[in-house]
Amino acid sequence: MDVKRYRPIAVLLIIIVFIQLICTFTGTEFFLTQIIMAAYFSLVILGLCLLMGHAGQISLGHAGFFAIGGYTSATLTTINLIDIADSGVAGFLKGAGILFLRKDIYGEEILSFSPWVAFIAALVVTILIAFLIGIPVLRLKGHYLAMATLGFGMIITTIVRGTRIFGEADGISSVPAFDLLPVLRVTGKSIYRIENYYIAWFIVIIALIISLNLINSRVGRALRAIHGSEEAARAIGIDTARYKLYTFVLSAVFAAAGGVFLTHYNGGIGPSQSSVMKSVRYVAIVAVGGMDNIWGCLFMGILLNFLTLRGFFGTLEEVVFGGILIVFMLFFPRGILKPGMITSFRNAIRKCGLKLFRMRGKSKQNAA
Amino acid sequence: MLLNIQKLNRFFGGLHAVNDISFSVRQGIIKAVIGPNGAGKTTLFNLITGNLKPDSGDIFFKDHRITPLKEHRIAALGISRTFQTTKLFSHMTVCRNVMVGRHIRTKAGFISSILNLPFTWKEEKEIRLKSLEILRSLELADCEDEDAHNLSFGKQRLVEIARALAAEPELLLLDEPAAGLNIHETEKLAEIILQIKNRGITILLVEHDISLVMGISDEVFVLDRGKMLAEGKPEDIQKNRDVINTYLGEGDA
Repeated sequence: MDVKRYRPIAVLLIIIVFIQLICTFTGTEFFLTQIIMAAYFSLVILGLCLLMGHAGQISLGHAGFFAIGGYTSATLTTINLIDIADSGVAGFLKGAGILFLRKDIYGEEILSFSPWVAFIAALVVTILIAFLIGIPVLRLKGHYLAMATLGFGMIITTIVRGTRIFGEADGISSVPAFDLLPVLRVTGKSIYRIENYYIAWFIVIIALIISLNLINSRVGRALRAIHGSEEAARAIGIDTARYKLYTFVLSAVFAAAGGVFLTHYNGGIGPSQSSVMKSVRYVAIVAVGGMDNIWGCLFMGILLNFLTLRGFFGTLEEVVFGGILIVFMLFFPRGILKPGMITSFRNAIRKCGLKLFRMRGKSKQNAA
Repeated sequence: MLLNIQKLNRFFGGLHAVNDISFSVRQGIIKAVIGPNGAGKTTLFNLITGNLKPDSGDIFFKDHRITPLKEHRIAALGISRTFQTTKLFSHMTVCRNVMVGRHIRTKAGFISSILNLPFTWKEEKEIRLKSLEILRSLELADCEDEDAHNLSFGKQRLVEIARALAAEPELLLLDEPAAGLNIHETEKLAEIILQIKNRGITILLVEHDISLVMGISDEVFVLDRGKMLAEGKPEDIQKNRDVINTYLGEGDA
């Protein structure tokens, strides 16, 4: 097996622990909250990196899939079935762990679906919708595909904003914590912050492993081929329509998973998460991250989302991401962070180091 | 017969691009399709590979009717092609370009790739070894790690042929492989085409370089404005009055 592809994950783990320790020792643990949120957003980015950078298909509707995940999970875990709690069906479902009973902050009893069930339901719904949308839409290319996916995102915004059970303009709040395991819960409560920091990264690393495996496989090569020339890819025997569709669905699942976890972490979701500007932001981040460069996309996904969440761009946030997109499409249509960049950077440093070393050697000689 | 084409027709609007064409290709030979620009040669290729669908007529490959099949299904049956303007996958190394060519001979799908299942490791190794072997046989082994777009035009052509060979096709369609090559490169190409034939791969060739065509092909099919003009051995075609008048010209013959 080729383990080389996983090596950077070890470096990433060290960085993750390092950041946590610094934040804890400097009393700035509140930064971790935004890193956790940025990590969940970066799931969308990783999915888009596969779709845009590798398969070469654009989507301006991925905030829609994020929202589908988040809203499905939020709806199922907040819907109150207490009125039918005494029926046999409800009793059975409760026994099977599908429904669970909890008390809200006012002490009222709520019987709703358990987060695990809601999570799986969210992924299933996302897969179904992604297939339904993907089959007709992926026949389109370039601008037309962008327009169609943009339309999809707008439809999702309109639906969640106009539907009672989705909370209309308010969205859904009081979403319960997600107990992954009895001791591991996804929640925004500050006493769970460090635990959640590692949960978020654990999920991101799973997504990274999936992405790295896919990129370095027969399928990954086929996707690059489709990106390069669809006509040639078909002539080689690649079922381009199916490969594009599956990648679209996979990237939608990544986005939806991000939506589910962030919704549980934040305790709610609002219609702005599905907005077109969010989709544009995701595309812009993938562009800055180098399109096909998983690590660049992850880095930019964490950095730019972190800065936005800290309010670094202030009210100019949308201008910044719109601007990034324009500049990149004009001047760097393939992104700037290249996979080979780290190596060349390292070589450059090594060269500089050698030169310094030689110079010092010479000056010593001169002194002697 | 390896490939059998019956009464094939294709229109582009009012243009009758391929007009009632019937011909067949025997196993193990090199057959060339020649004719003036716009005669319908590339259209014919696109019809065989399924890139275009005929308006009427049928195509049989190894006695399978492949006319209604999708392009990737036809490729999987054993027909590979190269393009008139090379269509290499940009931003991929030469080796990876050839490795993609193994697609139909390998299995790893989405799930097994994502899970990195053990059988894919062996498969990947096999893909790499086979690709390197093909690159070596075309004397391209020294540029395996180079970005395909950085190669000379002639070498790009060869990489495209290597990619097609990686699929281990039974029928290889070469669309103007000598276009843009210098004399030296063309001679080399002729050698390579003959070498491919010796491996037992049947070749259908569209080409304007008449000396190349006459030098290596076993049969020649002449198209003019979508219609068949002549068919036969290269030496007969060179003497054919119609072919001389419309295509070869007096001086060449």
